[in-house]
Amino acid sequence: MSIWSNLGLVYALLGAAVAVFLAGAGSAIGVGIAGQAAAGVVTEDPSKFAKVLIMQLLPGTQGIYGLLVGFITLSKVGLLGGGAAALDPQTGLLILAACMPIGIVGLISGKYQGMTSAASIGIVAKKPDQFGKAMLFPAMVETYAILALLISILAVNAVQI
Amino acid sequence: MAVLQMQRISICALKKDRKAILEKLQSMGVMEMNQIAEDEEGFEKMDTQGARQNFEKQAQVSEQALTVLDEYAPEKRSMLASLEGKKLVDRKRFGEVTDNKGEIISKANRLVSLNKEIAENKANILKLENQIESFRPWLALDVPMKCKGTDKVSMLLGTMPGETTMESVYVLVAKRCPEVEAIDVKIINSDKDAAYLTVFCLREEETKVEDALRSGGFARPSQVTGKVPSVKKANLEAKIKELNSEIVRIEEEIKGYAADREDLRIIGDYFRMRANKYEVLGTLPQSQRTFVISGYAAAKAVPAVQKAVGESFDCVIDVEELKEDEEPPVILENNGFSSSVEGVLGSYGLPHKGEFDPTTIMSFFYVFFFGMMLSDAAYGAIIAIACFVVLKKFPRMEAGLRKSMKMFMYCGVSTMVWGVLFGGYFGNVVDIVSGVFFGKTVTVPALWFIPLNDPMRLLVYSLAFGVVHLFVGLGIKGYMELKDGKVLDFFCDVVLWFAFLIGLLLLLIPSDIFASIAQAKIVFPPFLNMLAKVLAIGGAIGLLLMSGRESKNPALRIALGAYDIYNITGWLSDVLSYSRLLALGLATGVIASVVNQMGSMFGKGIVGVIGFIAVFVIGHVLNLAINLLGAYVHTNRLQFVEFFGKFYEGGGKPFEPFKSDTKYVDIKEETLS
Repeated sequence: MSIWSNLGLVYALLGAAVAVFLAGAGSAIGVGIAGQAAAGVVTEDPSKFAKVLIMQLLPGTQGIYGLLVGFITLSKVGLLGGGAAALDPQTGLLILAACMPIGIVGLISGKYQGMTSAASIGIVAKKPDQFGKAMLFPAMVETYAILALLISILAVNAVQI
Repeated sequence: MAVLQMQRISICALKKDRKAILEKLQSMGVMEMNQIAEDEEGFEKMDTQGARQNFEKQAQVSEQALTVLDEYAPEKRSMLASLEGKKLVDRKRFGEVTDNKGEIISKANRLVSLNKEIAENKANILKLENQIESFRPWLALDVPMKCKGTDKVSMLLGTMPGETTMESVYVLVAKRCPEVEAIDVKIINSDKDAAYLTVFCLREEETKVEDALRSGGFARPSQVTGKVPSVKKANLEAKIKELNSEIVRIEEEIKGYAADREDLRIIGDYFRMRANKYEVLGTLPQSQRTFVISGYAAAKAVPAVQKAVGESFDCVIDVEELKEDEEPPVILENNGFSSSVEGVLGSYGLPHKGEFDPTTIMSFFYVFFFGMMLSDAAYGAIIAIACFVVLKKFPRMEAGLRKSMKMFMYCGVSTMVWGVLFGGYFGNVVDIVSGVFFGKTVTVPALWFIPLNDPMRLLVYSLAFGVVHLFVGLGIKGYMELKDGKVLDFFCDVVLWFAFLIGLLLLLIPSDIFASIAQAKIVFPPFLNMLAKVLAIGGAIGLLLMSGRESKNPALRIALGAYDIYNITGWLSDVLSYSRLLALGLATGVIASVVNQMGSMFGKGIVGVIGFIAVFVIGHVLNLAINLLGAYVHTNRLQFVEFFGKFYEGGGKPFEPFKSDTKYVDIKEETLS
């Protein structure tokens, strides 16, 4: 089985990979940025650990959304069950395109959500009682990752195999 | 479901009763202080700064003593101890402790000074260790370091740079002062930084030799001792040992105070309360024989204050309604279910004066949306049961925490319901377990439908729930405007928008776009289509003409109206925002399925079961945690941004009564029988 005769499956797998690795990288960057701020707060006041940990976790969802789309894609093309469907390159490319939104938006929004989280951790450090409001700022950024996730899920689902 | 009606209470009483009255009010804790008559002639404020600081210092000492105790005699506390809340102490015990306050505070002082002694001893040990360190290179020397030599011979003791050897010293001296004959060099010790040596020479040649050595980098040691270094070291070590045993003794003494922990806590709280009382006392306007206390209280708490204070003391109690320009503190009152989300409202901001309390309406939507985002029956059951057990087990939990726990319990129940509707029980664990381990796939049917199989359908429902939520918000705005008698505003800002939006919705539903999303063509009877057009166009024209009604300039007025119609994009994005209900619900289910699938990869048999259980537990705990956080954050967002954005401002001041502001214990009030 040469790779050229199975190009459709390659494209589909590439789509799953794009969704997982771009969105995952975005989350890793975001959680990393927020984690540095969180660690700084905990050195000063260890009792705020739980609160800043939650803040640090907020940019982590993009990676999960990427995983989600990757998983749906794999199960769609039948790679998980063992018998992969025979895909023509055109369908494969369609799936690749469907995976793009969450990959790209996940990467970018993950980074910026991380920066917003870091700033919100600053709020928690100075005014712990404003936790509810502080949590909202990173959640605003995440909205766009959710919209991208939605389109990716709907598009992957809509591709006919 | 309301903001409680507040009233101002003013009490004018005799000065001799002031402490008793303040104590009474403090123990009732229903009044927020807000003094009036401050600038009246004949009234003066008392300076209580000194007394207050004294009490605060005592509280501080007890706090420090507790920290010391925690360090050397830690208390056994379970992980859930923070949920326990304050301990209840009855009046009698409290009285006993406060009667002994002198003794307890001296114990606290003793603890603090013991801690200081330990710190000093530790510092001394460090100093001694440093000294030993500085003598270490000289240990091989068997004469005292201060030894000068004999009558004829002098001894020079010092260090030279690392690479120095015996020969190089002889060479150096021979070169610099060839006339010197008698010289003896001994290297005591050498390491890579320095060589430690003694040089013997005739006393009359000492200066010459030393100068010669100095040119090679010779230096006398900075610390010298009159004793032989090894003896000195033994002495210092004995001292360290002594200090260490002293530290152990002090630690034992500190541990002996462990039983006084509770007394220290109570006394700390006692002084905190007194400091608090004196702070209020300092703000009271007082004349020669009388004083005036004034503040806000909930109208329904007023009779209790009148009874408690009025019957026991000679005083005049004046109750009045609030003035127009007064901004009273806010207390919310809601039923048991809705009050659980008061914390969420509080984190956005309490309603300002005259504003509607949205807690009750919000509570239903909150629980509804939360459940929809998590939507797994097993997760919901875990949350609900865990919260229920914690609530039952720790009845004295702090009030705010208790409300949050209750909120999560209700959200758990809602999650369970949604899980049953969507057929999610740990994702698809029933399918996987039955398929892998029993060879026959069993599926628990969804009561409604499975979102992953029909996401478009759930998307339409999510947006529809969003429209309902937003319309309720707009409706509340209308209600508030009607209540304030602003009928024109009500018509222009609310009715016209409703007409416009409902018209647009009715136009959208029979259209092809909607049909492709909902996968079903809906055909309205012609009169409904007509009505839709009338509503949409009428609403739009109305908004165009009326939104800028505050502006006199007709061109500007139309421009403002057009701008207001442009807000329809805001409505569109608000509604689309509810698609997160679908996305987050799918996320929970799909990740749970991934976990189950991974667990099933170990195959059948013992290894398979063990592997499955391990993956199952770890995977689902992680999934539950991350999705719980997601559901919480995004439910809050839908309430704060989309819902409150339509009508709510907030900015009210929370009610902060003058009460026994304790840290560790609550004092049980005697029942008024």
